[in-house]
Amino acid sequence: MTISPDQIVWFEFGVIRINATLLFTWLVMALLALGAWRITRRLSSDATLSTGQHLLEVLVLGMRDQVRDIARQDAAPYLPFVGSLFIFIAAGNLLAIVPGFEPPTGSLSTTTALALCVFIATPLYGIRQRGWRAYFRDYLEPTPIMLPLNLVGEAARTLALAVRLYGNVMSGAVVGAILLIITPLFFPVLMHALELLTGVIQAYIFAVLATVYLAAATAAHDIRRPSTAPNPPAPDHSE
Amino acid sequence: MDATLLIALASIITAGLTISIGTVGPALAEGRAVAQALAAIAQQPDEAATLSRSLFVGLAMIESTAIYCFVVAMILIFANPFWNHFVAATGP
Repeated sequence: MTISPDQIVWFEFGVIRINATLLFTWLVMALLALGAWRITRRLSSDATLSTGQHLLEVLVLGMRDQVRDIARQDAAPYLPFVGSLFIFIAAGNLLAIVPGFEPPTGSLSTTTALALCVFIATPLYGIRQRGWRAYFRDYLEPTPIMLPLNLVGEAARTLALAVRLYGNVMSGAVVGAILLIITPLFFPVLMHALELLTGVIQAYIFAVLATVYLAAATAAHDIRRPSTAPNPPAPDHSE
Repeated sequence: MDATLLIALASIITAGLTISIGTVGPALAEGRAVAQALAAIAQQPDEAATLSRSLFVGLAMIESTAIYCFVVAMILIFANPFWNHFVAATGP
């Protein structure tokens, strides 16, 4: 039994080895890019819309509303990044229904790459929105003694993001394989259907957590609690 | 008792212990979270969307601890580095 599609090698060419993870990642990317390109070629603002445009509008508007509700700020800066993450993960998980398709998110390499994207995007968004001085001062909150803990927290949540997605998708595959041995025919199908639900929920959760991290980096101290004392804030009196 | 047998024994027993102990905590926690969320939704049905969204995110965070245990158990059984090392050292 393989617990990662990294071990399935499709072909080797010298030092370049194309495994199932790479192949299916490219497949999902090509599918999404081609689909989006085809649909956005023929956009219309008439009363009648094409099916694809309806689908994309529902998807994009839904994601925008969710991001705005979660981040409690304008969704426009986050939507391209978070939306791409969501659509890629959801497409990768949903295509698992196709026989022979190994979800690329079932490999720790893919999920680590996605989590690293979030890890890098967080300071970028924070610095762009608030300047690097204000952003890095957050690491010294509440006291400079907390700096190592803040750094460890940053790394730990990235690791958690990667392992969570990997574990959920991989556990579905492993449970399916074990059920095939014990009770073939019926139960694996049910578990597979459940996997579709889990896959979408995991994509949603990944996107929500990315939004939360980005929003925390950009706006953590813009939302100050209204202090009861009327005096102006002293320099050493921060949240 | 040679090393491979000992490693296999320890890996299998530890994998079972990992998954059994590791699921108890998240199961209790998820039960509490869902019960609280249902009570909150029953009190304020208007806030059901926000509550269920927070519930899903919270459940995913709680469940990830169980998933970590599962990943460790899977590594112990299917990709055990000590087992691979000793099998490679002693030959098939």
